[in-house]
Order: sequence, then C-alpha cells, then structure tokens
Amino acid sequence: MDFDFTPDEEAFRTEVRAFLSQNLPPRNERSGSFMRDWLDKVRAKGWVGFSWPKSVGGSDGDVARQAILKEEMALAGAPPLGTSFMGLAWVGPGIIQYGTDEQKARFIPDILDSKVTWCTGYSEPNHGSDLAAIQTKAERIGDHYKVNGQKIWTTGAPYADWMILLTRTDFNTEVKHDGITCLLVPMKTEGVEVRPIENMAGDRHFAEVFFTDVEVPIENRLGDEGKGWAVTISALANERSSIGEVTQMFGKLEDLKQLVRGTRKQGAPASEDPLVRRRIAEFETKIAAMKYNGLRYLTRQLRGQPLSSETSVNKLLRASLEIEMDDFAVELQGQEGVQFQTQTARWARSSLSWPNVVIGGGTPNIQRNIISERILGLPKD
Amino acid sequence: MNFGFSEEQELLRDQVVRFITDECPIDVVRTFEPDTNRALWKKIAELGWVGLTVPERFGGSGLKWVDLTVVLEETGRGLCPLPLTSNALACAAILRSGSISQQKEWLPKIASGSVVFGFGLYDEPNWIDKDAITLDASDRITGTKTFVSDALLATHVMVGVQTKNGPALTMTDVNAVECVALNVMDRTKPAAQVSFDQVQATVERLLPLSDADLDYLNSCGAVAITAEMVGAAEAVLGLTSDYAKERIQFGHPIGKYQGVKHRLADMFVDIESFKSLLYYAAWCVDDATDELSQAASRAKATASDAFAQIGIDGVGLHGAIGYTAEYDVQLYLKRAKWARAMFGDSDFHYDRVATLGGL
Repeated sequence: MDFDFTPDEEAFRTEVRAFLSQNLPPRNERSGSFMRDWLDKVRAKGWVGFSWPKSVGGSDGDVARQAILKEEMALAGAPPLGTSFMGLAWVGPGIIQYGTDEQKARFIPDILDSKVTWCTGYSEPNHGSDLAAIQTKAERIGDHYKVNGQKIWTTGAPYADWMILLTRTDFNTEVKHDGITCLLVPMKTEGVEVRPIENMAGDRHFAEVFFTDVEVPIENRLGDEGKGWAVTISALANERSSIGEVTQMFGKLEDLKQLVRGTRKQGAPASEDPLVRRRIAEFETKIAAMKYNGLRYLTRQLRGQPLSSETSVNKLLRASLEIEMDDFAVELQGQEGVQFQTQTARWARSSLSWPNVVIGGGTPNIQRNIISERILGLPKD
Repeated sequence: MNFGFSEEQELLRDQVVRFITDECPIDVVRTFEPDTNRALWKKIAELGWVGLTVPERFGGSGLKWVDLTVVLEETGRGLCPLPLTSNALACAAILRSGSISQQKEWLPKIASGSVVFGFGLYDEPNWIDKDAITLDASDRITGTKTFVSDALLATHVMVGVQTKNGPALTMTDVNAVECVALNVMDRTKPAAQVSFDQVQATVERLLPLSDADLDYLNSCGAVAITAEMVGAAEAVLGLTSDYAKERIQFGHPIGKYQGVKHRLADMFVDIESFKSLLYYAAWCVDDATDELSQAASRAKATASDAFAQIGIDGVGLHGAIGYTAEYDVQLYLKRAKWARAMFGDSDFHYDRVATLGGL
C-alpha cells in the first residue's frame, strides 16, 4: 500500500493548482464575465470531458489524474467545468459509448464548449424507481418516431436545450427492459410542453414534460431500437460514480464545526456537549469512510479491474450524510435554525435540498436493491 | 496510489484461510483448550505468523501491520482463539518502548514461538487512560490484574503497572503469578485474573510507557481487534445471506423481501466502511504514525457499533435457529459484544475523533 501519486501525477496536480491560483479569484472579486472566461479556459486546458477520448475532443485523462483534477477543483471551491452537468456526467459518456460517428460529431463539441445544456427524461408519473416500466410511447413512422406521453421530476427541463428521453417502442415484450428506446430530443420541438414544479425549497428546477405527437428523426436515436435500457444502465452507473464528492463534504464538515464553535447549547459552548461532539465525529468518520472506500475502488480501477456496484456504497453513505448534517445544523441552532433571514440560513436552505442528491440517480432503497442483488446475490424482488 | 493488497499479501491470506480450514475449523474453535493452542502455535510459528512484525534481525518476518491485518481478518473470520492479537501487541510494545537488550532478549523468542504473551493494559473495566493503570509496581508488584487476555494460553504476561516513574508494562513469567480463568461470554477470547504477590519488577522486566507510547499501543490494540471484526462481520453477512437464499417463507426465499435484503445491504455498507477505515489505520501504524490515533479511532468507533448490530441482526434474521447454541452465528454475536469495548468503545473513540478534529 502507498498513498503517493507518481511524480508525473504530482506534476499534474501542481499544474492544476497553479492554474487555479491564477484563474480563480475569490467569490466576491469575480466579474460578470468570470464564468464565461472560466469555461473557455478550462476547456482550453482540456479538463472538460477530461476522461473522454481525444478522438471526440476529450483528453484521455487517466483514472489517477481524473481523481487529482476532481480533488483540486473541490479543494479550491471551483465552479463546475461546464454548464451542462448532465451532459458531462452521463449524456456525453452515453453518446460516446452508444452513439454513431455523426452523433458524436454533432453533440459532443457543444457539451464540451458549454453551448448546450441537457436534461434527462427518465421518470414518469407512474414509473420512477421502477424505471424499466416506462410507458411514454414512440411509434416508428417512416424516417421518424412519433412520441406521446409524459415525463416528470425532470431536473433542469425549464432551461435545458436537449433531453435524453427514454421511450417504449414495443409494448409486447416478455421482459419489460426490452422494448425501450433512447431518443435525443430538442426541447424546442413542437409538441413538447414544460410545466415547472416548485420544490419544497421554493425553487423551480424540475418540471413535468408533456409530449404530444412529437416528431423525432431517426438519426436522433441513441443505440439500437429496443436497446435503450443498456444506455440507461451505463448512464445511471456514471451518475452514481460522479456524485460522490468527498472533498466537498469535508469542506461542509469544517463549516459545520465552525457553526458548533459559535453556538451555545443549554448555556454552555456546544463544542463541550458530548452528544454534539459525537455527532460531529460520526459525520467526519463517515466522510473518511467514503474517502477510503473511494480510494480502494480507485485502486481497483487503476489495476484494470472494472467496478461493479460498489459505487452504491458511497451513494448510500452520502445520502444519509446529506440529510443528517443539515438536519443537525438546523437542530443545533434551535429556533434560529429555521429562520431564512439569518447569517447561517444556508443550513436551513440546504436542509430542504437533499432530495437532489438522495433521490436523484436512484433512491437509497434502489441502491440497497442493487447491493443485495448484484453483490450479495439475493433474489430479485 | 495503491490502496489494496499486494500479490504476496493475497498469498498470505490464502495460506491463513487454508490453515483455518484444515487446522482450526469451527468444531476445533468450540473445543479449544491450552493443549490445542500449544500444538497450533508451533505450526503457525513455523509459518512465520507469530513473528510477522518482528524485524528480520531478531528472527522475524520483518513485515508490517498491513500484513498482520490480513492474518487477523482471516483468524477473525474463523473466530480462531490463537492469541495473535496479544502477541502482536507485545511485539509492538517491545519494539517501541524496549531497550536494545530487551529487544534482543524477547523478540527472537516471540518469533520462534517459545515465548507467548498474554496482555492486559488497564485495571478499570471501562476507562482508557493512563490513570486507569493502577497495579502498583513502585517496589515489588503486589495486587491483581483483573482482565488479562490469553494469560492461560501464554508463557508470560505483559500487563500495565504504575512505577515510581509512571506507567509501564511488566513482562512476567506465568509461573511467577497466579492465573484464574474468567468466565468470558466469548469463549474464543479467553482471559484470566492474574495475581501478583511480591513479584520483582526489575528494570530489565519493565517497558516504560510515555503518554505517546500508551496512545500508540492502545491504537494498535484497536487496529488489531478491528481487523478481527472485519473478518468476523463478513462471516455473519455470508452466513446470513446464504440462509436468506435458502429459507423459504410465504413461497419465496426470505432474501427476496426488502425487510431482509435491505438490512443485509446495510451490513455490507457498514463493513465496507470500517474495513476501508481499518486498512488506512493499519497502514498508519508503520507508515504514518502521526495519523494513527485519528485513523484507529475512526475505524474502531465505526466497527464497535456496526458489528454489534450485525451480530444481533445476524442472529435475528435467522429466526429461532440462530438462537440455538448449535448454530454458529451466535458465536459471532458474542464476539461482537466482547470486541465492542476492547481498547475503547465508540463513545471513547468518537470523542477522540472530535478532539483530534479540533473540537
């Protein structure tokens, strides 16, 4: 065992740090054009789609450098490397794996250059966790598909340019996973209607999306007809591994400790309360477990062993941490914890946004199904 | 970046697994006696496991605690009662606090298997602190050490004492003391009450313990016990998953039901977590001693509570069969209860994590 990176890898870390110290001013000193400049600069460095093949405009960045890049960006509190989180996290990788050469040429550059944003049309009113049962119908008519149906909880739909859409082209298959077809749909297409839904935090990031006789040309199909489930599975796997961000959580823990230091409970400093101390230590320990789990899985990847479902482990740990840390912070502050006008209102606000992480990409119970069925070999239910 | 075991370490693991299967399967574990220990100790001494962390110049294998972790995971999986953790802690204490002449005297004998140590640090049952070491050695040692692990399997005991110069460990021949077996819930972790009556405490037989030494040793203890807990917890998960695949109720294997399968998935997540924390702590023993306290506390705190629940749920998910003495899963529940407080319970270790984390 050793935890050192190679000199070459460390040189890469130095390069990233140098770039960040030059190009990432403190939050309050960032100009109006900062974000556009930032996106152009990280693109020029080849860090957007860093792991993607050079043939499509990526950098073929290896697993170790990917980890270093992610870690340094998170340590510096850097903004995202692109405007389309979903485009970079799984739509791009899905197109690279399953798309035609024409599709790669057509879609990948715009994702890398942050010219378009993507949303993900998976969940339906009656089919969320049971995703393979979706009913949105795509009918092949000549050189296009005619789509009718409804999606819901579509994050980013109110401002996305494109959607990766899961449809059913065959209603008579024995196995529900067959008969699913994946389409790439411009949100401006006639017949697509977006109705934003307000979430409990008061934001309108997700929406219902209705499809009425929407025509999607055949060249917008990703993968073969009836083979959309494979595309989805690989996309969800990408999602699971891209959400576990340990560095960011350690940062949040430090903020939480700061809150504890500045808070009194029962007339005494909260930092002296044994239960408060224990909760903080439990959070820290769980984040550390995520870190070392991640390094073990990274080592497996470095040794060329493919990851299976282990990423569900950190997804579950993160889910409970996201909920518990915010909840603890709100409770610790007593009546002040539920106020939106205070200096520490960020905790009240984030205590209402955990479903983004906890439910998006597969609920905790779905992760438990994955672990028990794929790793422990228990029967499917 | 390489946070995994080497090929040599995997071969060592295979060797231990074979030994447990052939020489110390569960029926041997259930009837383990000092005679069993003597015979098996000779064999594992020949395999090089008792001197695993003893430097080669003293006749050992010169390996690290990461290698020891591999051995302890597998002996823990089989609930093997051989006194490997006591032995490893004695080695660690002599290497850290012993003089050159003490190292020369004791380490080769440990490595050859001719000296086996029982080990007991504290006199208080639930207090991890130098003040919890009270056995008086200001002159001759007189008094009783209540909890000494493996004393009845050992040739010598290494126990915590208070000298005029502060805490120390004494190394004493078992023939110079009286050992009375304790009736421990976990029979695979035998312990004795050891009484000293005017036993000499010469400098050659004492290892002085600074605060940092004691902290190091307690952390090593936590690492060793947690390594055994990893193997033992995986054994519970394996036994219970297998049972859940076979046991049919309401027309289906019970492992199909989420009330069962989700608890098993959570066990897996917990074990992965304290396993990863443990591996890092084991690496710290030799390669990042300044981080050891924090790493060991994180691992032991997580394992103490998680394995306790795994032991309970392992029995519970089996239903009545798990409650029987004949079925093995209950042995692991007992191990979980034994291990929970050894070298500090979760309250102790989480509080240390909080302190080391700046609270």
